[in-house]
Amino acid sequence: MTTRKRQDKVSWRRSIEGRRAIGYIVTFALLVPLGIAFILPFFVMLSTALKPLNQVFAFPPRLIPETVQWENFADGWYGYGYVDFTTCTWNSLKITINNIIGNLVSCTLAAYAFARLKARGKNFFFAIVLATMLLPNEALVVPQYVLFNRFGWLDTHLPLMVPPWFGWPFFIFLLRQFFLTIPEELIDAAKIDGAGHARILLQIFIPLSKPALATLAIFAFIGNWNNFFGPLLYLRTPNVQTLPVCLVQYQGAYGNTEWHLMMAVATIAVIPVLIIFIFGQRYFVEGIATSGVKR
Amino acid sequence: MFRRLTQPISPSARREERIFYLFIAPWLIGLIAFSIGPVFGMLGLSFTDWRISLDDLQFIGLDNYSKLFADPIFWTSVGNTLYIVVGRVVFGVSFALLLAILLNQKVPGIAFFRAVYYLPTVTAGVAVALVWIWIFNPRLGILNYSLKQIGIQGPDWIFSKTWVKPSLILMSMFSVGPIMIILLAGLQGVPKELYESAEIDGAGNWAKFRNVTLPMLSPVLFFVIIISVVSSFQNFTEIRVMTEGGPGESSNVLIWYLWENAFIFLQLGIAAAVAWIMFVILMVLTGIQFRVGRRWVYYEADA
Repeated sequence: MTTRKRQDKVSWRRSIEGRRAIGYIVTFALLVPLGIAFILPFFVMLSTALKPLNQVFAFPPRLIPETVQWENFADGWYGYGYVDFTTCTWNSLKITINNIIGNLVSCTLAAYAFARLKARGKNFFFAIVLATMLLPNEALVVPQYVLFNRFGWLDTHLPLMVPPWFGWPFFIFLLRQFFLTIPEELIDAAKIDGAGHARILLQIFIPLSKPALATLAIFAFIGNWNNFFGPLLYLRTPNVQTLPVCLVQYQGAYGNTEWHLMMAVATIAVIPVLIIFIFGQRYFVEGIATSGVKR
Repeated sequence: MFRRLTQPISPSARREERIFYLFIAPWLIGLIAFSIGPVFGMLGLSFTDWRISLDDLQFIGLDNYSKLFADPIFWTSVGNTLYIVVGRVVFGVSFALLLAILLNQKVPGIAFFRAVYYLPTVTAGVAVALVWIWIFNPRLGILNYSLKQIGIQGPDWIFSKTWVKPSLILMSMFSVGPIMIILLAGLQGVPKELYESAEIDGAGNWAKFRNVTLPMLSPVLFFVIIISVVSSFQNFTEIRVMTEGGPGESSNVLIWYLWENAFIFLQLGIAAAVAWIMFVILMVLTGIQFRVGRRWVYYEADA
């Protein structure tokens, strides 16, 4: 009887359903704790943002605030004349939107050329696109700073808003990979109808590439919204600052005492990115996957 | 290439070529103005005593470089940079691979977990760096509190000379999203037949991973390692917001050393030399990887 039972158990473990069940358990035993770990920083941010100051430094730390203090968001936002979050947010938004459009236009043109046009020197230039993908942009700041200084662009948004109109290697590469998947027959048919390259690009490629263009727009949004290095370098006066720099100034001025207010403004700064990510997540993930596999 | 340039071509091909150059013109202008120009301009300026104004530059040869090589802080920052590069490649990439394998399992709700795992990557910025200061707080932070619950006295994390670099590596493991997704796509590209025939040969899970998954994934793994080396050089935000190179010089990395020299000490000639050394280190590291890669990366076409 007992041997029979044990045999049943062994054969269940070896059976297809048994294996699948064990696989599920092991997978979830890892997936769930890791998922909690990934969410935890947000949770800490949000819960600190909602606490009254005396609970922030309480020990042991509580993840769920005892009393919820919604005023923190308004107090953090308007509380100090020194850092004007409303202006910073507008500046961030303006720069981000301009840069998304600039990147989309310039990268679409270059990507179409690399994907679909024949020209001598094309492979050479494409190799440069790939090589510059690996260039750490931060290391170029010194000469760029000098250049923009010469143009008289310091303390304006121009050093941040002009370069995106001149392409970005990673985006060109990503879009080119996508453009290569568009069937040749469509282009031939359009050519027979007498369409030029501008029309083929506008009427065939752009409508068919909406997922790829959406990916690129999301990337550009996140990258520009979070950009800290550029604004920190080029901007001086408070009324031209962007949101990340505002946060750091806030930290410098009040950081060691007003943690709840700082976390409140940090939460507000993160929300647009979260919304964009949640709605565009599918495109986004597919877009990155394309960049790695089709080398 | 140049021989082909002189070959005669048809008018329609020439027109197409003109359109090609017209379309890549914005990128090409940007490349020269914002990348290649600066790279070589910087090489020239690294041989000068450039401080603030560009008007009366003195050519001083290799003085900036010899000054750098004599500065112990420079060597500390090279060491710190390499420490973080190695840590992020070893721990970051293997962690991303683990996550990718988990996300490749066929269980319900996997798209939700994929989004959750990606989330910290998109929010990586000043706001989240501020949260991490709080998480790493030795006395009041959630990290040491959790460790205490399981009986471990946690270290001082970013406030400790020995722990600050591991802390930064740990934090960076939360934003491995892109390489995780690239690895996941790589895993999904491994043909199922290979696993099936390995199973027929009696291979267990580990043997399948070692002999099928890893070789088939190696080109993607190679790409991912190169990306994570480059991105390890660009960790300015965390350093500026969380440590400012400290405590002491223990988190002073090259990008911070460059920033300090350029915009705090106003030693722009020296900063230009630092930038060039960064390029050289990156080129050497990439070169080594291509060298070593030839031995371990498996390309199907070669077989």
